[in-house]
Order: sequence, then C-alpha cells, then structure tokens
Amino acid sequence: MEATLVDPAFTTRKQSGKTAIIDTDIHVAMTSPEMLLKFLPKSWHRHHEIVGWRGHIGSAYPRMMPNAARRDALPPNGGPPGSDLEFLREQLLDAWQMDYGILTPLTGSGGEVNLQYGAALAAAYNDWQIEEWVNREPRLRASIMVAYEDGELAAREIERVGDLDEFVQVLLMVRTREPLGHRRYWKMYEAAVRHELPVAVHFGGAGGGPITGSGWPSHYIEDHGGMPQAFQPQVASFVFSGVFEQFPTLKVVLIEGGLAWMPPLIWRLDSCWRRLGEEVPELHRLPSEYVREHFWITTQPMEEPPQAHYFTQLLDQMDMSDKLLFATDYPHWDFDSPTQALPSGLDQELRRAIMAENARKLYRLN
Amino acid sequence: MGRHVVAAVSEIPPGERKLVEYEGRSIGVFNVKGKFYALRNRCAHQGGPLCQGRLTGFLQARVPGEYAYSRQGEMLRCPWHGWEFDIKTGQSWWNSATMRTRSYEIDVVPGKEITGPKQGPYEVETYPVAVEEDYVVLVLP
Repeated sequence: MEATLVDPAFTTRKQSGKTAIIDTDIHVAMTSPEMLLKFLPKSWHRHHEIVGWRGHIGSAYPRMMPNAARRDALPPNGGPPGSDLEFLREQLLDAWQMDYGILTPLTGSGGEVNLQYGAALAAAYNDWQIEEWVNREPRLRASIMVAYEDGELAAREIERVGDLDEFVQVLLMVRTREPLGHRRYWKMYEAAVRHELPVAVHFGGAGGGPITGSGWPSHYIEDHGGMPQAFQPQVASFVFSGVFEQFPTLKVVLIEGGLAWMPPLIWRLDSCWRRLGEEVPELHRLPSEYVREHFWITTQPMEEPPQAHYFTQLLDQMDMSDKLLFATDYPHWDFDSPTQALPSGLDQELRRAIMAENARKLYRLN
Repeated sequence: MGRHVVAAVSEIPPGERKLVEYEGRSIGVFNVKGKFYALRNRCAHQGGPLCQGRLTGFLQARVPGEYAYSRQGEMLRCPWHGWEFDIKTGQSWWNSATMRTRSYEIDVVPGKEITGPKQGPYEVETYPVAVEEDYVVLVLP
C-alpha cells in the first residue's frame, strides 16, 4: 500500500491556509528500549535490567489501537510511532507547515515508585530529547521530565537543565499521588518559577489510587472519557492550597484534559469560596481569577458540540481565549487535525491566537 | 469524469486494497470477498486518510453482554479516530447516521474490452496483461 498518498483536495486546503500553527503536544518515543542505556548513567544499568519500570497500576486498559497510535503513524524505521524524526517531519511538521512543536514524551519516569531511579530515568529522557530531537530539528522544543512525586528531586533536575533554551516547560502527569497543591510539590514549583518555566500537567499517569473518584471503571472508554475528573481536583487543589499566593508568577498548562468542563467548575469554585472561604484565608481573590490568570489549556481532544455555536458560547463562558493552546497529540489515535479541529466560523483573530500566538507568547518562541 | 483502469483483478486479492489518484482525488479500491468497492480516501470527520484504515466487522449488542459480530471485513475504520464506514455504501456507522464518505461505482470488465488503443498505456506501464486477465475499472462521476 502506498502509505503516503493523501487526498489532494485535503493537501491543497491545508497549504492555502495562512494561519500559523504551533503544536503543543507531540509524543516522541525511543526507537528501541536499548536506546535508553546510552543516556542512563552506568550505575543504574543493573537496576534497570533487573528491576526496571515499577509504577502504580493506572491507565493499564487496552488502548484499542497499538501504542494508542494512529494506524498510519507507524514509522519506516521499524520503531514505535513517534520515534522517527524524518517521518515526524513528513507527517506532522512539514505536512502542516508548523512553526514549532513542543515535545511531551510519556516516559513513566515521574510515576516510578523508586524515586531515585525515576529521577535517573527523567534525566536520561531529558538528555535524549536534546540530542535526538531538538538538536536535529530547530522547530522542536522539549519538556523537562522530573520525578515529580519528590519535590526536591524534581527541583534538582530543573536546576540541572532549566537554563537550556531547548526546554520550555516542566512536565507532570495528571494522576498524581496527592493533589498537586500539596506542599510536597512546592520545591518543584519554586524551581520552575526561578527558571521562568511553566509547569505542564498531562493526561494519564497513576498515583496509586483508583483512577476515578468513584473506583475502578470497566473500560478504556471510561478511562479516556473520564480524564477531566482527574484534572478538576488538580485545579481546585492548586487554587485552594494557596499555590498561586506562594508563587504569583507560576504558570500551569493543562494538556489533553479537554476544556468544556472549565466554566461550570470555576462557577462552582467561586460559589463555594463565597460561602466557605474562611477555611482558606490565604486566598484573596475569587478562584476564577486565579484560574484565568495562572492556567493555560490545550485544545485536544476537543469536545465536539453538536452545534458549532455551542463552542463559541463555551469560549465566552471560559473567558480564557488568551490561554488556549492548539495541540494535535500526534501520533496518538485521538489526533486533532490543525485544519479541522476548531469549528469553522471562529473569529480569525481568535483562531490565530489559539492555533499559535498564545503558545508563542507563553513559551517565548519567535 | 470517466472510467479508469485501476488494476488487474489479480493485483488486488480478497482482503487487499489499492490506493489510486484520479481527477485530483485519492481513492481506495478494495476487494472484499471477491467484490470490488471504491471509497474516497478522506474521512468525513477530520479528513484523515480513511483508506489506510483497518477493515473490521460490525459489532452490535442488543442488550448489555449479548454480542453479535457480523459483516467481517466490510467495515472500514479510519486510522485516526476509528470512525467506521460501510465499505459497500460509504455509510458511517459512527456518530451520525447521516454521515457518509463518497463511494464510487466499480466495474469488473473482461480484459478484451479495454485492451484497445485508448487504454494501452495502462497495460504497458503498470499492469501486466494476461490473455484471460480481467481488469478492475473505477467509474468516476
């Protein structure tokens, strides 16, 4: 089968578009498991071989698609989807003439139960991102992997690589051991703020508890569809723990958690605070004000309302149009097409902001 | 507009497909259990390359826990988001009963009908001609 044949009508449309594109969620992978050994310190090799990855049970539901990937994303190098730079250029960066792409590798290093080993893995993946991706492709930027369950270990890695221009944010998974407002994570935020790096929180992970607030679901569709309920308590925790009072310049990016749930959540938090605010006297503003100032949200997977004007209403209700960042989630199966994801009829200025300009500003890209 | 020789029948065995491009359209031609079908290689959802997707069946449950699998190999699943289309009609079985992808008429004609001068280049350049061979012809409206 001629795998690169794409409908010409589709190609023409995408090339005629003048809207710049920055993709804020690209999953790259190592070509093979052996590749990791090149970047992992020798002292960890034996542990890696004998013990290896030991995380919590969580998002272990069969993905319906191998590697949770688009079936047309298997690269010619024989490795997993997202492991071949040439193919990634062809299928993503060049195909849509993207200005920049932000790498968000899902490495599992942050969820390791052996925190020191997790920190060693995180450092290895950071060095790999630079050597194999950003140094070879100037449109790419990297995310700092950290052993986020230990604030100090995470801060140490941010100190090690945080000044490098190749990294634009710190990356965590949304299902953590405890809600992210807890003080155990504050050293990490302190280091991120010191290096002026946003902290990004991505779909997935496992913190040891059931993956929903009401126990274990039966299906992958519930794991996937229910992910917003992992994001919502994180937003509440950041706000009510006073994280933004302690770190007034901290920026948090929510990746792949959807966005349609945000308006009712902040309405609820606001009305709770008006009645129960005495419990959290360190808060000096409405929860919605902290949220609108400190959170950025990526688009994919876009909720797809049955009527296009519902989406416009949603954006009005959120009032965070300067905080929305376009993302494809390449090479995963729920990939959003840059030309198809946003509803047609959206204001052009707003479209440009979401597709690239908000990300350009946040990540200080040219 | 027009009829296009896509392949020799033997080039696309049952369960296989061929992606072709005619008149500015990418089209997938499929052999399902000996019958040929052609669909536009563009998913009605987000424009994904539909015809690179997996051929699967139709899974239904009248009540929870009672599963019926039918029409194996007749449902085309988009490689991006898994939207399914009926290979025979282009009818989507996902999301909206009204969503269709374009399907095209396919004829299988005896080799002698298209071995005249007009179709010559197809025989020579792409498809070997056997005397008894039949060809797959795509009919574009």
